[in-house]
Amino acid sequence: MADPMVFTSSDEAAAMPEVDPGRVREAPKKYQGLRMFMRNKAAVFGAILLLAILFVTFILPFFFSGERTERVGSIHLAPGAEGSTTFGTDYLGRDVGRIVMQGGSATLKVAGLAALMIVGIGTTVGALAGYYGGWVDNILMRFTEFFQVLPGLLFAIVIVALYGPSTTTIVLAIGLIAWPTIARLVRAEFLRQKNLEYVKAARAIGSSDARIIFKTIMPNTLPVVIVQSTLVMGSAILFEAGLAFLGLSNPKDLSWGFYIGANRSYFLSNWWGVTFPGLMIFFTVLSLSLIGDGLQDAANPKLRGR
Amino acid sequence: MKQIAARIVQAFGLVLAVIILNFLLVHLAPGDAVDALAGQGENSAETTAQLREQYGLDKPVTTQLATYIGNVLQGDLGVSIANNNQPVTELIGERIWPTILLSITALAFAIILGVFVGTLAARKPESGFSHGTTIFALVGFAMPAFWTGYLLLILFSVKLGWLPVGGMEDLRFKGGWFAKQWDLLQHLLMPALALGLIYIAAYSRLTRASMLEVLESDYVRTARAKGLGERSVLFKHALRNGVIPIVTVMGLQFGAILSGAILVETVFAWPGVGRLAFEAVVERDTNVLLGVLFLISTAVILANLLTDIVYRFIDPRIRVAGSNDG
Repeated sequence: MADPMVFTSSDEAAAMPEVDPGRVREAPKKYQGLRMFMRNKAAVFGAILLLAILFVTFILPFFFSGERTERVGSIHLAPGAEGSTTFGTDYLGRDVGRIVMQGGSATLKVAGLAALMIVGIGTTVGALAGYYGGWVDNILMRFTEFFQVLPGLLFAIVIVALYGPSTTTIVLAIGLIAWPTIARLVRAEFLRQKNLEYVKAARAIGSSDARIIFKTIMPNTLPVVIVQSTLVMGSAILFEAGLAFLGLSNPKDLSWGFYIGANRSYFLSNWWGVTFPGLMIFFTVLSLSLIGDGLQDAANPKLRGR
Repeated sequence: MKQIAARIVQAFGLVLAVIILNFLLVHLAPGDAVDALAGQGENSAETTAQLREQYGLDKPVTTQLATYIGNVLQGDLGVSIANNNQPVTELIGERIWPTILLSITALAFAIILGVFVGTLAARKPESGFSHGTTIFALVGFAMPAFWTGYLLLILFSVKLGWLPVGGMEDLRFKGGWFAKQWDLLQHLLMPALALGLIYIAAYSRLTRASMLEVLESDYVRTARAKGLGERSVLFKHALRNGVIPIVTVMGLQFGAILSGAILVETVFAWPGVGRLAFEAVVERDTNVLLGVLFLISTAVILANLLTDIVYRFIDPRIRVAGSNDG
């Protein structure tokens, strides 16, 4: 999977020259309101979609009795066929819908923890590099660059294959590969802000470096970090799905990616087995991107519509 | 020139760092090669000690590291336990061309389609097509490449029967050279699309954003003012600056594409390095995995170096700035 981190909007922002503020004004008036409405609608749609997915994953299963791995009918029954279920049955006669419903719990847990780790490493490295500059910056940026050239998914595959597919190794593997984007963004923010009046004022009243970094400047980088976190969460889900598809996850979790891998030998006759779990991955990542885009617009109106 | 030389040295440093990382990954993993061998039968402490000596595992870590670096730099990546102890370098050599073909095709799709769609979208930023591009970018990002692969297979191979379900060539195939290329192309189309989709989406969005910027610059206004046709303004004048952001991200994304090939080759039974890596995951064939990691990382580092040099050529501002401080 594409290392999705590489072309999230940060790169667009980084690769783009400063936006001429006049541009927004030049846009035709009659469309602007509509466009803003559309943008917000997209973000709202994303939020509703995400809530729906969380509901299906964590609450809906309580309304069903029995284990989700129970056999419910003949094998390979198409959705809606006689004796079948709404989403069909798989190669063991299990209900595809029932398995996919809970398939997100492991994925979302892993992706959430990995996203926390990514944000943690990214902000720390970025803050130290940006604030101290000089040789600290130099070393940390070389380090960041190294992790950027490592082919992310492959590196994660090697770690999980060597150290065994447990939640810890998967979270560590994903957490280790995806932080450079955030580090670069936070560094840029620190470079920009460390010479502003309010930081000088903090220094003048004798605040320590630690206090300036974490209490004074850090809160002002939050908009950037929060926007990026939703995108990071999306890519963490894609990484987890890719690993699980290759069999590098806990088989008992029957996560979406793992389940696609389990059904892959039967796709010629059983299209529902690979389609539905993938649809859930797709909707989850899409919802996070929509939310991220909406937040981006709110945090940085100059980039609206880009 | 001086700067390019510095970049080359830096690239070599990165390659060395990858080798050291590879070594550490194995060294820190639970158990060593001898444990793995000894696991199969009854072995006395004496035999294991002997084996450790034979593999050099009794030496200090630094010596082992030095030996390892030396071996890798000479092209010795160890042997594959799952393939009758065939050298990993040889194994990768046999499987590299399909992967290169696949990833270059995917990248070409991404650049050509992405830049074209993005440029058209930037021409009329408020049109339905332009907003469609933004939606397409979001959708493309959210689709896992391996899932896209299955969707394509189900649609074009199973339901419509237009394209083959996998592999790189029809084994029963008989025919001339051209017919054979046509056969290869049919096998290549879907995997390349599955692998490239996410980048087509990303590049169209990136191109749109950067072209919106460029189209407002004075030199484009001048080109328009002197009466040049829209096509000439867009594709000859504006695009030159518009693609610069794409060139900057391309080098890094090369690694992501090659990583993605592991998933896509698994879906399409494409006989490349990615599929080899998947087999190595199943067999826990450490040397092969590390070999592929080393190879792809090195490819990315080289691609980055190349991008950097290309970048200097297409954007003279960098060259000038470089000669000032370098």
